[in-house]
Amino acid sequence: MPRRTDFHALVLILLSLPGTAAWAGEGPFFITYTHQMEEPGNLELATKNATGRPAEGSRWLGSALELEYGARGWWTTEIYLDGEATGGSGVLFNGYRWENRFRPLAREHWINPVLYIEFENINGADRTLLEVVNHDGEEDLATAPGEARAEKQRELEAKLILGSHWRGWTIAENFIAEKNLRHEPYEFGYAMGISRPLALEARPDRCNLCAENFQVGVEMYGGLGTHDEFGLRGTSHYVAPVVAWTLANGTMFRVSPGFGVTSASAGFVMRFGVSYEVAQFSRAVRNLFRGPGASQ
Amino acid sequence: MTASRILLGAVIAAAIWGKGGSLVQQAPASASAHRNPMAEDTSAKMAGGKLYARECASCHGAMGEGSGKAPPLARPDIRRAAPGSLFWVLRNGALRHGMPSFAHLPEAQRWQIVTFLQKDK
Repeated sequence: MPRRTDFHALVLILLSLPGTAAWAGEGPFFITYTHQMEEPGNLELATKNATGRPAEGSRWLGSALELEYGARGWWTTEIYLDGEATGGSGVLFNGYRWENRFRPLAREHWINPVLYIEFENINGADRTLLEVVNHDGEEDLATAPGEARAEKQRELEAKLILGSHWRGWTIAENFIAEKNLRHEPYEFGYAMGISRPLALEARPDRCNLCAENFQVGVEMYGGLGTHDEFGLRGTSHYVAPVVAWTLANGTMFRVSPGFGVTSASAGFVMRFGVSYEVAQFSRAVRNLFRGPGASQ
Repeated sequence: MTASRILLGAVIAAAIWGKGGSLVQQAPASASAHRNPMAEDTSAKMAGGKLYARECASCHGAMGEGSGKAPPLARPDIRRAAPGSLFWVLRNGALRHGMPSFAHLPEAQRWQIVTFLQKDK
């Protein structure tokens, strides 16, 4: 089972490979997926963190290390390693997720579908909140991690991702269906988001603090119950403004304060993250073993 | 062995060319008819150069020389192509052949890249 030091070693090894930085094409969202795929051969390293404090419970921090790779132009594959720290309970590794996204239509349309399938092997103490389904809510976050860890979550998750770009705006909707492979019923959820860069034209000079490097938007996500208890009753929902700032070297910082809008929701969830994309990672790996001429 | 590989490659390339032509040639006439609103804009050319370095150079090379499967872009036919066709390629890509879509870039930035690609027209 990986430890935190293993995470750091993995990141250092990946960053030490010869490759150039690239700008991640993804939007500023934490939860909502757009139809944008990872560029073929590129590897994105990212962390997604969420923190909050339930009314009855200790402050928690959920953290996911994300490795996203563009296998093909139409296929993106991704691994998440999830960890968590709750006040007084130490640091725990909670499991992994393996997701794949497939874009069936070759051309860009008004609405662009992407099919998403994920296997996750995590436990009930996971606090990354990468999606909200069923009746997930503040009650789950108040449970002590030691107790919550006993709940194994080996789940398959499918999403229909719909995305559009219109006059500088990015609009995306996700419909989520999740099934615990052991027993639980089908669980449903949704996420949607809209964002836009602060400037649509690029400046001629290389810059960090220019409007084109900032994206702002808002996302909304929540649970929709199960197949025999479908609906909004007792579910949690969040509205979260998002801001992303990309440096000239391609490093992107994101932050998103999320506000629960129903009584079942956690009152406030703060998300933050950083991502860095290595361009043509696969070529860099080949060159490492075969010499620089391998790319020619 | 090498000669037979070259011959096979030439046959495959000819078959692909005969079937669909280059990606730029696949752009529909309606897309090709679009004019570049930044065609003579010096600032757009410089911004396009910055965007090219950021978005395109890792595959197509810093000088547009191409690498691997990514074709060179510093070519006369690219410089002379209908700007709308290049814009169409940037928007749609060729996902089955490794060229991603750049539809996530605002339209203005895609036109800036087109301006840069055709700077020596």
